[in-house]
Amino acid sequence: MTSQGPILQISDVSLVFGGVRALSDVSFSVQPGELFSIIGPNGAGKTSMLNCVSGRYTPTSGTVSFKGQDVTGLKPNDRAELGIGRTFQNLALFGHMNVLDNIMVGRHHLLKNNVFNGPLYWFGGAQKEELEHRRFCEDVIDFLEISHIRKATAGTLSYGLRKRVELARAVALRPDLILLDEPMAGMNLEEKEDMARFIIDLNEEWGMTVVMIEHDMGVVMDISNRVMVLDFGRKIAEGLPDEVMANKHVKKAYLGEEDDDTDDDEQVA
Amino acid sequence: MAGFSMRPCGDFRTTYRQDTRIFDTTVVRNAAVLGVIAVALIPFVLDGYYVNLFIQISYFAIAALGLNILVGFTGQISLGHAAFFGFGAFASAWINNTTGIPVLLSIPLAGLMTAAVGLLFGLPAARIKGLYLAIATLAAQFILEDFFARAEWFTGGSYGAAANPINVFGYEIYDDFSFFYVCLFFLVVMYLLGTNLMRTRDGRAFVAVRDHYLSAEIMGINLTKYRLMSFAVSSFYAGVGGAMYGHYLGFVSAEGFTILLSIQFLGMIIIGGLGSVKGTLMGTVFMVLLPEVMESGVSALSVFDWASSTDVTDGLAYIKEMAIGLAIILFLIFEPDGLAHRWQQIRAYWKLYPFSY
Ligand SMILES: Nc1ncnc2c1ncn2[C@@H]1O[C@H](COP(=O)(O)OP(=O)(O)O)[C@@H](O)[C@H]1O
Ligand SMILES: [Mg+2]
Repeated sequence: MTSQGPILQISDVSLVFGGVRALSDVSFSVQPGELFSIIGPNGAGKTSMLNCVSGRYTPTSGTVSFKGQDVTGLKPNDRAELGIGRTFQNLALFGHMNVLDNIMVGRHHLLKNNVFNGPLYWFGGAQKEELEHRRFCEDVIDFLEISHIRKATAGTLSYGLRKRVELARAVALRPDLILLDEPMAGMNLEEKEDMARFIIDLNEEWGMTVVMIEHDMGVVMDISNRVMVLDFGRKIAEGLPDEVMANKHVKKAYLGEEDDDTDDDEQVA
Repeated sequence: MAGFSMRPCGDFRTTYRQDTRIFDTTVVRNAAVLGVIAVALIPFVLDGYYVNLFIQISYFAIAALGLNILVGFTGQISLGHAAFFGFGAFASAWINNTTGIPVLLSIPLAGLMTAAVGLLFGLPAARIKGLYLAIATLAAQFILEDFFARAEWFTGGSYGAAANPINVFGYEIYDDFSFFYVCLFFLVVMYLLGTNLMRTRDGRAFVAVRDHYLSAEIMGINLTKYRLMSFAVSSFYAGVGGAMYGHYLGFVSAEGFTILLSIQFLGMIIIGGLGSVKGTLMGTVFMVLLPEVMESGVSALSVFDWASSTDVTDGLAYIKEMAIGLAIILFLIFEPDGLAHRWQQIRAYWKLYPFSY
């Protein structure tokens, strides 16, 4: 797999909002099959980085390549068709749709029925096609253990469940690269464990390359193949989880804020 | 638990096909079929007044469904729906008069022509939303009204255009009795098509664009395409409804398609329920019957001396006009989810009866 070259290649990406430099010359690459984490303090530019990959933002300079193709100028929906899926930090479900329909939207680019034969339902083959894709969505629903809420209106669900439905929707797209923005934020320990298990399965069983932003260091160190650290829009470290943990800059910029002081001092000393 | 669909206990689905049905239980499906059959008997049991009311309801309900697809399902706005309704009326008469294509075919063709025009006037939606889009569609309303007055080749100008009666297998439909069945047919077909659209790919895309356009785009939905498509579909429905209206009256003139009618269409879908197919029908019934009910209220009062004085009868005529506006306002305040939502709650109540609280 690795012989194909990186699935995602970020080269010198900068992103400027008015006076704010959200990203400064960030470069990194992700190999097919990797589980790659991005960490860093709040406001470091992690979400902005994902937005550059998914197409929400276009970098001020630099390029984004996916499977060897330059996608910097492509719109989000075109990137979805190429095989990039994502979830959002602040939930972004279709609130008035039920869970199943939310997930079926993930099949949009794979479905062929349209405004002409969709209305003819029974005659134009639309029903058959919808039911086939429904079957796939049910597999995703079973996998993420949300079958009990499949007919619930998405907007009425608890936070933890909504996060899970968002993941289901992104998985239904059958992306080769899935971007997860703080998939475990606001969850309790049990929910986090479930989510970590799902992410590992997606990576190992479903063969998806994962790029994940996460604050829970324990989870990040446990499940990531490689970790990149952003601080004030700059990449300050990248490597194996252990290497990154041991990095002085990282401790100072990021972990130092969260670990309690004595512990930190001992490690540095 | 409003979010969960209400089904009787013991009603389990064993296949996905069962689970995707339009009517969620066999009972409901049978009730709907019985409803259509009951409506089909109207001309035999009720007099011409009711037949005429049903005909009005059907062409308005078809056009209103189009507006609901645009406004309720896709989350856009149009203040020019009446102009598209009018365009359909002229287009069908024009197609039939100039080419001799039978009316039953010219009606859907007029729908397609109107869809193309709707697409054109919907182009601003690719860039603007909300209030700005509302103003752009208001411009469509006035531009088309102006076009109706000027384009004599198409509309007959100030004289208007004659619209031939529907001809089914060489049998001309002049009377309300037969036209009723044409309307029933179109109504059922257009509502089935609309319902199917909303449970397949492109209908879901409309709702996705409405609920969260940024994540819709991330899920692979081309926003511009669907915003424009929604205008086209909406205008198609308006065109078909308008064409039926034209062939029913036998004559089309530009006066009827003003902004007032556009507002009435909005009233129908707000009262019925934005984003609800069956609510659209309920809202249309409400809007068509409201002035009729008020009329009979007025005539019932006229048995009293005080009520037959001209002051009172004139005043009541005004109240009748204001009632539409009042109904919209009252619904927006007290029943913003419309009749369809209320109906759902009544159903849920009776299912749980006597254990509901
Ligand atoms: N759309 C935007 N407009 C202006 N500033 C933005 C926008 N998005 C992000 N930023 C700024 O970019 C910086 C990085 O934000 P973000 O990528 O959300 O950080 P993180 O996800 O690491 O917490 C912040 O200073 C934020 O205020
Ligand atoms: Mg963030």
